[in-house]
Amino acid sequence: MAGLISRGFLGRRRPAEVEDRLPPGQYLVTDFPVLSAGPTPHTPLDQWSFTIDGLVQSPVSWSWDAFQKLATQTYTVDISCVTKWTKLDTRWLGVSVDTLLQAVQVDPMGRFVMAYSDGGYTTNLPLAEMVKGQAFVAYQFDDKPLEPVHGGPARLVVPHLYFWKSAKWIRGLRFMERNEPGFWESLGYHIHGDPWKEERYSGD
Amino acid sequence: MQSVLEWQAGTLTAVRPETKQTKSFTFALPKWMVHKAGQHYDVRLTAPDGYQTERSYSIASPPERVGELELTVERITDGEVSPYLHDVLVPGDQLEVRGPIGGYFVWDVALGGPLLLVGGGSGVVPLMAMLRHRAAQHATLPARLLYSSRSVDDVIYRDELDGLARSDGAFEVFYTFTRQPPTGWTGYRRRIDAAMLGEVIKPFDKRARVYVCGPTLLVEAVANALVQMQLPIEHIRTERFGPTGT
Repeated sequence: MAGLISRGFLGRRRPAEVEDRLPPGQYLVTDFPVLSAGPTPHTPLDQWSFTIDGLVQSPVSWSWDAFQKLATQTYTVDISCVTKWTKLDTRWLGVSVDTLLQAVQVDPMGRFVMAYSDGGYTTNLPLAEMVKGQAFVAYQFDDKPLEPVHGGPARLVVPHLYFWKSAKWIRGLRFMERNEPGFWESLGYHIHGDPWKEERYSGD
Repeated sequence: MQSVLEWQAGTLTAVRPETKQTKSFTFALPKWMVHKAGQHYDVRLTAPDGYQTERSYSIASPPERVGELELTVERITDGEVSPYLHDVLVPGDQLEVRGPIGGYFVWDVALGGPLLLVGGGSGVVPLMAMLRHRAAQHATLPARLLYSSRSVDDVIYRDELDGLARSDGAFEVFYTFTRQPPTGWTGYRRRIDAAMLGEVIKPFDKRARVYVCGPTLLVEAVANALVQMQLPIEHIRTERFGPTGT
C-alpha cells in the first residue's frame, strides 16, 4: 500500500522470518495486551455452559464438566489484534469447533454463526471459516487455565481473523441464515476482519 | 461510520509539551470529519523503502474544534512511533492519519449524565475530549474525574482541569498520586480502589455513566468494583492499554 514517506522515519526492522509473519500495519509484541469494552465477567464454573443453537436440528448444551471431557488439541498460532499488535506462537489447549459440531445437525441454511458471550458480547463468522481446524474453544493458555481478563474460563480462538473475532467469555454459537453483524461489526469494524487484507474497518 | 475511512495527510500545526513524557500534537486535516469524544485515530508511518507501521491514538480535541485534530501521545522509550512523533516531527511536517474510529467508548451530551470519568496516566486523554466537549456545549450535567498519576509532574492537562473545576460548579476533579504526592497533599495517595471509587461516585450513585481508561490493572479494579456496586454493565465502558501501547 502506497503511503506518504515519513521524513526521517526508518522503522524498526525485524528478521525476515518474523517480518513475514506480521500482517500489514502490525507490530510485534511479546506480552499479552488486554482489550475489552466493559467489565470482565466472572461466571462460576458450576453456572457455565456452552450451547449450540439457532438453525440446528436440536440445540445442544454442555456443562463445564461435560465440556472438559471433549477431545482437546494443542494449538500454536499467531494472533493479530486490530489495535495493531501481533503475538507469535501463542499456545492454547482447546476443543476444535469440528468436534463441537459433531454433536449437532446444522440446517443447510445456517451458513453463518454468531458467537455469543457472557456480558452480551457477540461476533459474527462464516461457518466455512470455523471448520476444518480453523477455530477452537480454548480454556488453557500456556498450560494454565485461561485468565478471566484474557477471556477465561473459555474463549473462541479464530487465529486467521483479527482477534476481536475470537470472542472472550464465550457461551455459545448460534447458527443463522444471514451474515448479521456482531458487537464491533455494528460499531464500524469490518464484517469479516482478515488481517492479511487489512480488513480493519467497514469499507476496508 | 459506514463510509470508507481513507488515509489523509494531516499537517502538524502545533506541539505543546504536557509533561516530561507527553506532548499534544495539533494537525490540520484536509478531510476533517466530526468525531465523538472517546474515539481514536490511526497513525501510519512509511519508510523510504515502503516499510509501514501503524498505531492508534485517542483524540484529545472535542468535536467542536472543526478542521483540527489533537492527539496527546506518551513517549514510550523503546517505542517505534511515539519517539518519532516526539523527537522528529516538527510543525509543517505531514503525518498520515485515518479516523475517527471506535463506536462504544464514546460520550456526548445527548447521552447525559451524571458522568464519572476514571483515568490512569495517559488514559486521561479520551476523558479530556469528553470534558472539553461538555464544556464546549456549556452542559451543566454533573461530571467528576478521578485521575491517578504517579506524581504531580505526571498529571496531563493539570492547569486546564483545575481551571475547569474552578469555573464550572458541576465539575469536580479528584487526583490520586501513587508514588510521590506533592508536599502538603491532603488528597488521595494510593491506587484507585473500591473505597475511593465509592467516595467519588457517592452523589451519582447507580445513575452514573462511567468511562474508565488506563492500564489493565486499574481498569480491572475499577470495573469490578462498579459491578459490585451494581451499576448496569452497559453504563461501564472501558478502554484499556497494556504496557505495549507504543
